[in-house]
Amino acid sequence: MSRAVQGLDYEKLGLRVGLEIHVQLDTREKLFCSCPTKLVEEDSVDVFYRELRPSRSEMGEVDQAAVLEWKKGRRFKYDSPRSASCLVEADEEPPHQMNREALEVALAVALSLNMRIVDEVYVMRKIVIDGSNVSGFQRTSLIAMNGWLEDEDGRVRIQTLCLEEDAARKMGESEYEVEYKLDRLGIPLVEIATAPDIHSPEQARRVAFKIGQLVRLTGRAKRGLGSIRQDVNISITGGGKVEIKGIQHLYMIPRVIEYETLRQLRLLEIREELRRRGVVKESLRAVFVDLTDLFRNTQSKLIKRLLTEKNAVVYGLKLAEFKGLLGLELQPGRRFGTELADYARVWAGVGGLIHSDELPGYGITVEEVNEVYRRLGANPERDAFVLVVDERSKALRALEIVLERVKVALDGVPEETRAANPDGTTRYMRPRPGGARMYPETDIPPILITGDLIESAKRLVPEPFEAKLERFVRDHGLSRELATSVINDIRLDLYERLVEKWRGKVPPVLIASTIANTLRMLENEGVRVENIEDEHIEKVIDLVAAGKLVKDAIPDVLREVSKEPERDVEEVVRELGLSRISESDVLDLVDKIVKENLEKLKSRRDKAFNIVMSEAMKVLRGRVEGSLVADIVKRRLRELDIM
Amino acid sequence: MVLVYHGYTGRLAALLSGIGVEPGDRVRVVKDGEVFEGVLMPRYTVRASEDILVIKLENGYNIGIKVDERTQVSLASKKSRLERVAEPEEAVESKAKIVLLSTGGTIASKIDYETGAVVPALSTREITEWAPDLTDIAVFEAREVMRVFSEDITPSDWERLANEVYREMKRGVNGAVIAHGTDMMSYSAAALAFAIRDKPVPIVFVGSQRSSDRPSSDSILNLKGAFITASRAPIAESLIAMHASTSDDLIAVHRGVKVRKMHTSRRDAFQSINDKPIFLVNPYTSEVKQVGKILKTRDPTRTPSLEARFDDKVALVKAYPGVQNEIIDMLVDKGFHGIVIEGSGLGHISNRLLDSIKRAVESGVPVVMTSQCLFGRVNLNVYSTGRRLLEAGVIPAEDMLPEVAYVKLSWVLASKTRDIAEVRKWMLTNLEGEINYRHTLDLYPRWLYE
Repeated sequence: MSRAVQGLDYEKLGLRVGLEIHVQLDTREKLFCSCPTKLVEEDSVDVFYRELRPSRSEMGEVDQAAVLEWKKGRRFKYDSPRSASCLVEADEEPPHQMNREALEVALAVALSLNMRIVDEVYVMRKIVIDGSNVSGFQRTSLIAMNGWLEDEDGRVRIQTLCLEEDAARKMGESEYEVEYKLDRLGIPLVEIATAPDIHSPEQARRVAFKIGQLVRLTGRAKRGLGSIRQDVNISITGGGKVEIKGIQHLYMIPRVIEYETLRQLRLLEIREELRRRGVVKESLRAVFVDLTDLFRNTQSKLIKRLLTEKNAVVYGLKLAEFKGLLGLELQPGRRFGTELADYARVWAGVGGLIHSDELPGYGITVEEVNEVYRRLGANPERDAFVLVVDERSKALRALEIVLERVKVALDGVPEETRAANPDGTTRYMRPRPGGARMYPETDIPPILITGDLIESAKRLVPEPFEAKLERFVRDHGLSRELATSVINDIRLDLYERLVEKWRGKVPPVLIASTIANTLRMLENEGVRVENIEDEHIEKVIDLVAAGKLVKDAIPDVLREVSKEPERDVEEVVRELGLSRISESDVLDLVDKIVKENLEKLKSRRDKAFNIVMSEAMKVLRGRVEGSLVADIVKRRLRELDIM
Repeated sequence: MVLVYHGYTGRLAALLSGIGVEPGDRVRVVKDGEVFEGVLMPRYTVRASEDILVIKLENGYNIGIKVDERTQVSLASKKSRLERVAEPEEAVESKAKIVLLSTGGTIASKIDYETGAVVPALSTREITEWAPDLTDIAVFEAREVMRVFSEDITPSDWERLANEVYREMKRGVNGAVIAHGTDMMSYSAAALAFAIRDKPVPIVFVGSQRSSDRPSSDSILNLKGAFITASRAPIAESLIAMHASTSDDLIAVHRGVKVRKMHTSRRDAFQSINDKPIFLVNPYTSEVKQVGKILKTRDPTRTPSLEARFDDKVALVKAYPGVQNEIIDMLVDKGFHGIVIEGSGLGHISNRLLDSIKRAVESGVPVVMTSQCLFGRVNLNVYSTGRRLLEAGVIPAEDMLPEVAYVKLSWVLASKTRDIAEVRKWMLTNLEGEINYRHTLDLYPRWLYE
């Protein structure tokens, strides 16, 4: 895959990245109730509807991000599966005591990140009114501060570690309603935030992985899709602090950082260009012109449709001296005009906007464009314009927002929260929320961190990387390279579990190389390894331990499993004809080969072994260990005195 | 005397008052070479025994830091003043006029730093600032008449409340809304049902199960439902308006003498017992749908009268397996004026208490029998225990809820008569729909089975 961004000198650009890593904990119960921490697929039986509105913090402030969400005026539909949610998730019962198991895991992670643990923990309500928390807030508590993590490119400071509840799962949304499922709500999460000490995209990916792995090493972290979520904060010199949410995969982190760096760089270039052109905020005037009559008989299908579908009007806004800038690409496929459209969509709820740099287009003719320029009193050589087609109030609101955003371009990069798109580009989501959204959770008394708690937590502190490496080399007989690979693998806990399970029966080297090497090899072949679950690997190793499968056949089995993950592994083995062949069958086969080729073997004694082996392995490959076949062939040939 | 400074005690109180920092100021704490800076928060006194300083960090989180001899605490900067919210505009005249009386409770509450829990704190003005859409429904005047926890309310508070509402009715309001804590709300609703006779307009009690300081609060929707009911529902009774289900959709309006809080925490905790709700109100469309019986219709020309005295020497006694006759004896000896028994099943209490009950009645202390089953009617003729209780002079209170019988007896004894025969007559006269003589099959909840 070709890299879209090349030659960015991050050091020179002053890239600063901070990470926020959220890891779901695999505790027996949820953080504030006794429901199990699992996602379920059961029919919707208990369904209810709610609305939310912003509330004041204890400091008397109202969070702007919350107000924005409220203005969307949507109601929320909740599906409350009985096996994984209760009255607490439905916000119909106060929270129970904080789950001690989760608190211990959080403390253990804090200890291994060299953090300062607070003396008393306060559960807070973080106002979130997009419906993802039924109560309208996420319960969160700061457990520890001021730690660090060693990294090849220098120590990365860890600012905070919080223990919080996961949000509900979004199942669908429309303009008027958002639907959530309550099984995920309340699952404990640790949120670890680093200082902006990361200076390259690749380092960000590595540190994110290390933090995730550290939590997993406690043995109490969930794995699998969605169990780890990472947000990144990015800024470059002269740019702004931008928070990006919703990065689904670790491997996307570098791409997202590259694209964001590019976006900030381009926004700074736009600022310079505007300064060069002598644009000041005062030259951007809030004159919104009704152009509906101009488009009454337009040939543009887009505008025609919008005008007939709803009670829409066409409004235009002149942007003096902006010619060419709206069409400038900030990220692959995303122009400055796209950025303006995002703002208009989020704040005014309009479908989108049309700008002069993409015209003529959408069936809008040159004549119409010229007429718009004339009506707006704009100069086609130097100015740009923006058109919005929607209900009057929405259209006007959209243009107000566009004008605000355009003015900010004169300052550079606005601080904001953005959402990651699957391709690594980002889109505007909302302003950055502040401390104003925090309120104490009055239903839970503060929790004193006692010596007892710390002692229990210490038992969960994961073994440090170096100690684990030494142990794997010394006790498991792994090479340093293999040990390092397996420690850096997401399935490290599976490895440790299987080594324990088959101690003395299956060599750890086989388990480690299956996890660390075989899967990687298959991935390079293009096999869909994401379909291969821990259970598949465990079953394969079980079959090897039981003598029903030969280790050489493992790649073939897993390759097949990845195609149809629903199928039983043993069945796959049978179907592939890879079931292990017994020693007596091998003996019979070798005998048969020797008998059929006896003359040839006698005449070519020096090649006899190779001839028999090659014939035998044609049948036996993957069904029995080669070394066993070799032993039998040697024995037979010696008995016949051919060798 | 122990020095208490914004919830801090002992050394910390001395230290904080000594350097002159107050909650809201920024403080700097240096401990073991680490610096913590944030806004000083008041301390919850119930936990003040630990030397822990609570600060709000820049990121909004509160944390507790243990302050020892080596910890330095200093003032970083004084607090900045917060902006006040603008006053709501004057309302227009043409709408219905209602009065909103607040008594405290969850509908108007915020954090209390004394206990760290929620307490009544928002002023009624804050309610109106916070829910401006209420002015679309009616012109209203909000007033705080008391500020007490629902569970701390006494019969004398009912008298005060009844006086306030009566005065408003004489002034010609179209309805009264009473913001009340939910725990004892049904008692107060029953009290006002009896205390004001010939009501011209409704009294609507309203509360909330989720405090008004949280985004998911049910209080605004409940208030809207109450406002709609008070301003236009065709009824003149004492009512309770609360969520009809767990969803934010309909508000159920119950008869104040036939409703009970049946859940500790759910939004739809209030359920009509042995009766149906009277209305379902849609707070979004203002539609008022009648689903039950109206006993007294709205008539602004009707002249109310006030009979608002309650006797606080009335006791509510529950029947349980080990119950002893001394309880009844003690009440009589201590000069109680009336006893309501929450009996078992059809209205029974152990035969061991028979003599004591007989003695109570003979001493002029009426004994009223209700059922802890709540659903259904007492009937003292079915079993011999019941017959003996009747012989002893017990008054069987039909299908009246125990709490309602308690309120009614307290009202009868203070506002009507202490004569035991008269008391019996009043108790068995259906004044406000507290007795429903006819139970249909649908007046009983069914659990959901699959």
